[in-house]
Amino acid sequence: MDYEAVIGLEVHLHLNTKTKAFCGCSTEFGREPNSCVCPVCLGFPGSLPVLNKLALDYAIKVALALNCRVQEYTKFDRKNYFYPDLPKNYQISQYDLPLSRDGFLDIYLEGRNKRIGIRRVHMEEDAGKLIHKEEVSLVDFNRSGIPLLEIVSEPHINSAEEAYEYLTALKSIIEYLDVSDCDMEKGSLRCDANISVRKKGAAELGIKTELKNMNSFKAVKEALAFEIERQSELLDAGEDVVQETRLWDAKELKTLPMRTKEEAKDYRYFPEPDLAPFIIKPEKIEEIRKAIPELPRQKMQRFIKDYGLSEYDARILVSSRKDADWAEEAIRTYPDKNKKPIVNWIIGPLASLTGPNTTFSELKLPGGKEEFIKLVKATEEGKISHLMAKNVLSESINSGIPSLEIIQNRNLFQVSDLESLKGVVEDVLKENPESVNDYKSGKANALMFLVGQAMKKSKGKANPKTLQEILKRRLTDA
Amino acid sequence: MELYKLTAHQLLEKLETKETSSEEIVSAVDKRIKEVDSKVKAYVRVDKTNERTQEREGRGTGLLKGIPVSIKDNICTDGYNTECCSKILQGFKPPYDATVIRKLKETGASILPLKTNMDEFAFGSSTENSFFGPTHNPWNLECVPGGSSGGSAAAVAADEAILALGSDTGGSIRQPASFCGVVGLKPTYGRVSRYGLIAFASSLDQIGPIAKDVKDSALLMNVISGYDPMDSTSVDTEVPDYTQSLGMDIKGLRLAIPREYFIEGLDPEVKGILEEAINKLKTLGAEYKEVTLPHTEYAVPVYYIIATAEASSNLARFDGVQYGLRVDKTGSLIDMYKNTREEGFGEEAKRRIILGTFALSHGYYDAYYLRALKVRTLIKQDFDSVFKEFDCIVTPTSPTPAFRIGEKIADPLKMYLSDIYTISANLAGIPAMSIPCGFTKKGLPAGLQILAKPFNEEMLFRVSYAFEQSTQWHKMKPKI
Repeated sequence: MDYEAVIGLEVHLHLNTKTKAFCGCSTEFGREPNSCVCPVCLGFPGSLPVLNKLALDYAIKVALALNCRVQEYTKFDRKNYFYPDLPKNYQISQYDLPLSRDGFLDIYLEGRNKRIGIRRVHMEEDAGKLIHKEEVSLVDFNRSGIPLLEIVSEPHINSAEEAYEYLTALKSIIEYLDVSDCDMEKGSLRCDANISVRKKGAAELGIKTELKNMNSFKAVKEALAFEIERQSELLDAGEDVVQETRLWDAKELKTLPMRTKEEAKDYRYFPEPDLAPFIIKPEKIEEIRKAIPELPRQKMQRFIKDYGLSEYDARILVSSRKDADWAEEAIRTYPDKNKKPIVNWIIGPLASLTGPNTTFSELKLPGGKEEFIKLVKATEEGKISHLMAKNVLSESINSGIPSLEIIQNRNLFQVSDLESLKGVVEDVLKENPESVNDYKSGKANALMFLVGQAMKKSKGKANPKTLQEILKRRLTDA
Repeated sequence: MELYKLTAHQLLEKLETKETSSEEIVSAVDKRIKEVDSKVKAYVRVDKTNERTQEREGRGTGLLKGIPVSIKDNICTDGYNTECCSKILQGFKPPYDATVIRKLKETGASILPLKTNMDEFAFGSSTENSFFGPTHNPWNLECVPGGSSGGSAAAVAADEAILALGSDTGGSIRQPASFCGVVGLKPTYGRVSRYGLIAFASSLDQIGPIAKDVKDSALLMNVISGYDPMDSTSVDTEVPDYTQSLGMDIKGLRLAIPREYFIEGLDPEVKGILEEAINKLKTLGAEYKEVTLPHTEYAVPVYYIIATAEASSNLARFDGVQYGLRVDKTGSLIDMYKNTREEGFGEEAKRRIILGTFALSHGYYDAYYLRALKVRTLIKQDFDSVFKEFDCIVTPTSPTPAFRIGEKIADPLKMYLSDIYTISANLAGIPAMSIPCGFTKKGLPAGLQILAKPFNEEMLFRVSYAFEQSTQWHKMKPKI
């Protein structure tokens, strides 16, 4: 049977304000447990929350960047449940009048755009963190009260790959806005998924499960793929999917049941009486809207228009704001009108030299960006072979010596004049009579082998095109 | 005359002329407590360690320098037990002062602290729901002092306190003030910071003064009122000097007498006392007219939905994890929650938590909580329309004088009706005051309640002071 998955994602995002959502405590990550706490975020009796205005501004910024309607009238609600990491045993959240609604996020997959609806973006506070030891469980309240955004998508996502793209696009926008570090390992971005499958083309939704405990975008993708498979198999076997919450086990690579709907909690939401409802003035919304920087999508379109980039290239360059800024400066400075070479160099050789969790803009180039641009230009002009330039770039980064200096010192300029290459060609022909015969008997591949041998002999300095020409002529002449 | 019998403004004059000192005042009060508190039981904790002498003596230079102020046990005092008279908060020493305490300290008042008895978490109208046992009414030790601020009201009435702070969610300052023959004021919601007041129902709670006379009440209001950045529900409007309202005549003021407050259930003797009081106001030049507050009959049910709903959430934090009582018998988290709350909360607290949890539950929210909020708006509108034509409303504070200890404790509904005249002011957020206006034949005080527009406490002071100055009720002292 052919099935279609219906997926909605709930993303929780730490806002990177200096202080917490409802008190003045620091939000710094990695501090000694329970050192960033006060009566408010510890939920001590008598303490009262006061909204961090900057967190609200950040939240509005995200809502606008996700094309949401920011509500003029909004309020906080209490979500009641008992858990030891929740000091008040309720969480200040937003229920029926969220900060914003009805936005969308465009994703790009397999050559086409898809618009994913955003149901709501609302503010809430984070809980503390439980640390389980052998005998006891401990609570660290440093995280308690850190401002969180909950971003809920519509169930418009139909595959694990789309979910991955959605998260990537979302993360990219958030990074552009600079309101969160989006680090899943630190817990500053968390994602839960609701997923059901149905017969392709069916109007009715299937029974859904909620997936939790995914610690990376990759885990989200894997968990969804697993769950689509699992649910499809159940339906194929004529069984029902049980409505339940399931946990992703990253070691076993499968989802496991956590609690069923019957055990689902009644959160008894009601308006938070300690915080009066508030009005967000249209002027305020406009002020924040104006401060939103150019977002990845607009930047991509501008790159295509201004620099003649392909959509593919532009998309890669804008995925992070830092990279995009770095690349744009390089593209602008690059002296030729045709920007393709510098773009190819950034996306190709330069990007391939990055380690895990770093991007090209973070690479330490000994000669700086200008040096890199000169290297690309020199390659374009045929002064250095492409391969040589690539090796030099890598060596330069490892050794800290600027690449042009390496080329100069070791005279690695490309050799293109016929006279200097003739000797090399003659040697190669002498040493590889079999290949010569192969070529002559019609095996065209043999030519490339001979070029390769000649390149080796020239220590990479020879211009491969020139070599090919000489070789071809010599082989047909003889 | 003994110092403890004096009012704060009388003592301030004596301090000014150096006739006495703050030490003398504090020890006079301490002596009085030793004399009579074994009978009245107004206090649950009197700090005798004298560690913090600067607090005993008052280090500020402000309005109440040298005057001791007694504190209801639900207002946080830095480093000193604040237990809401509940077993579940046994030993809880908040690491901070409530904003009102900070303000009192800054103004030089002595916070020893003297902590007064109350119904557990302010749940009650008789102070019988205290973990520490009931307080006795100084006018008749077999009667309740009212509640939930019964300890504060009884302490002031028995001259065991010069001034006291109470909190009022549905009448918890005014009803005990009425039962004990003292002056109690519930300010406008948002007039006084709630920071550090252990919440019962956040949208209704206000801290207010309990005093021997109207002038003392104004003095204490001058200190505790005002916007607090720590309380988002406090309102940033100017605080007048309330003593300026004292002595203004009330000629031509328009008083409204709501019909719904003088019906069945009002004790005939109290009714008679009230009528006399209203006549007195008339002879002072006020005009009065009967009005209607048509949604009055819904105030009690609406209140018991909203207040218990908020309370059920506010009290969720008492779980044995961080502070207070922890009963851990099995090592299981859920058992610890259950056992701690089972042993820690008294019967009335449990009743209200269950009521409130039910009202907020899925499927019941719309029928109970949401509907209650709508009726609350109607009750507010009743007041709005009356205040368009009238300067204030006068009513009895409570339908009866103080009842006997044990009389109503077994019948929660009967007990809840004891607040029938006071609850509406909390639902509407308006200021309301109770002043002594007479005594029953058995010698129990009755209270006159005055209500005014939001942030018009000045009107309450103006009317109450005019009444008080033309009567002697506030000068009566109980024999203990």
